Amino acid sequence: MSDTTVHVPTVNLPAEFADLAPLSEWILPTERERYDKRIATPMDGLQAFYDALFPRMEEAVAYLAQVPYDGMPDDAANLLWMCCSLVTVSFAVEAWRQPRVPDSGAASFNAVLEPAI
Amino acid sequence: MPHFEKPAEGSWTEHYGLGTLPRSYADSTSPAFYELEREAIFGRTWLNVGRVEQLSRVGSFFTKELDAAGTSIVIVRAAKDEIKAFHNICRHRGNKLVWTDYPGEESKGSCRQFTCKYHGWRYALDGELTFVQQEEEFFDLDKADYPLADIQCEVWEGFIFVNLDATNATPLEEFMGETGASLAGYPFGEMTQVHTYRAEVGSNWKLFIDAFTEFYHAPVLHVRQAVSDEASKLQEYGYEALAYKLNGPHGQVSSWGGMSPPKDLNMVKPIERVLRSGLFGPWDAPDIGELPPGVNPAQHKAWGIESFLFFPNFMILIWKPNWVLTYHYWPTSYNTHIFEGSCYFVPPKNGAERLAQELAVVTFKEYSLQDGNTLEATQTMIESRTPVKEFPLNDQEIMIRHLHHTVDEYVQAFRQQQQPAPSPA
Repeated sequence: MSDTTVHVPTVNLPAEFADLAPLSEWILPTERERYDKRIATPMDGLQAFYDALFPRMEEAVAYLAQVPYDGMPDDAANLLWMCCSLVTVSFAVEAWRQPRVPDSGAASFNAVLEPAI
Repeated sequence: MPHFEKPAEGSWTEHYGLGTLPRSYADSTSPAFYELEREAIFGRTWLNVGRVEQLSRVGSFFTKELDAAGTSIVIVRAAKDEIKAFHNICRHRGNKLVWTDYPGEESKGSCRQFTCKYHGWRYALDGELTFVQQEEEFFDLDKADYPLADIQCEVWEGFIFVNLDATNATPLEEFMGETGASLAGYPFGEMTQVHTYRAEVGSNWKLFIDAFTEFYHAPVLHVRQAVSDEASKLQEYGYEALAYKLNGPHGQVSSWGGMSPPKDLNMVKPIERVLRSGLFGPWDAPDIGELPPGVNPAQHKAWGIESFLFFPNFMILIWKPNWVLTYHYWPTSYNTHIFEGSCYFVPPKNGAERLAQELAVVTFKEYSLQDGNTLEATQTMIESRTPVKEFPLNDQEIMIRHLHHTVDEYVQAFRQQQQPAPSPA
């Protein structure tokens, strides 16, 4: 989204996914923000987000498959970023059973370049 | 009984004549040895510093901090078909020429000329000194005598390399050797969707290469990333490569990988099933045409990934679903380095493809976080005063033996060069 976008209080998601608005805190445009939020969220919060969004993933993937990547509209980009958060959170829920990568200690691994969307 | 055929000698290690004795990692714990590596290796071999796509138009530039080689460099597209590299230093008083906000951090951008922040000396993109502030105050100063100090710079398959040894006489293509030639023609240039990660790792640079050139660790260290049935199968089976190929200082590992898509969907995690993607990348691969002969040289049906190590510190991983991962290991001291990993994809056509790529990228990150921290645990112990100094290496760890052996060779050759010839009696 460009800086000129007028901020509106309602969550801009495709109409079919308007019911996901309560998960809007997970609409995060960068991988670093998504990972930081995962680390800062207790397991029950991660599980709740996973349980709310995962059942809609098949539908979200089918929707996003119809949206061209170039010039993606803001509502679809928001849905994409929310789904990207699920990707990040899925490791905690499906593999680690904890927010952090086990035995990763103080190690960090930060995105320094990633696509704008 | 191996699952995949080995050379007639009975092992890859013996085939390549590397010896089978346990070895020491004293080359990874010694500040003095690191100083030798800086001169013998990083100061005189071709180093990959980026890709041509980072310099999209004339005047595009980026800087690279090469601690190991003891310099900072600036790489610029000087003309449509010309990329040049310079030591990042102003000829006037030695100020760092190109930097933004923090002198120690890398910088990138686009400009018509380089202007020193200190006294305003200006240099054309080809390095020529074009303007000196109050030139008449100097004494017999001829601008032609003060161009930027240039560095040998060549491009292989879109990858930009520099060589800091001004006397180097080996062209890049020759240095890349048969390994490079066998990979030429791979459509790297189509993979312009890039995700780059960076980590400061508390280990010697070679130890991380060691971790990424053997997959013997994968069924153990990363076991929790697989679903449990699959995990026990993997551990029982262990790991064997399809083939190893060593050429001069470079090497490659050819590996199986049946995960894109898996034979049985229950083998993978729910997120992988719904996004049709995972560690090996998106299951629905883009069509990129025929692959060069260096990829899957054994033409094995089970092939999934080809890992190349171009000496000293550049790895290219070619994945079956047609995407590429590169690794760089930039030493900052004998027991620290900066690791960079970049995922290169054909740009996604739609949002779902973008999401499938995200899963591959994030999986890579999760694996790397496990690997990176394990290395610090290794470094602290091999550096300790423990009496354990010799370590066995199995046949699947041949690339490790080869890397440390090659480093030894470079350092020995350098030492011999430095020693004055014995005077005749």
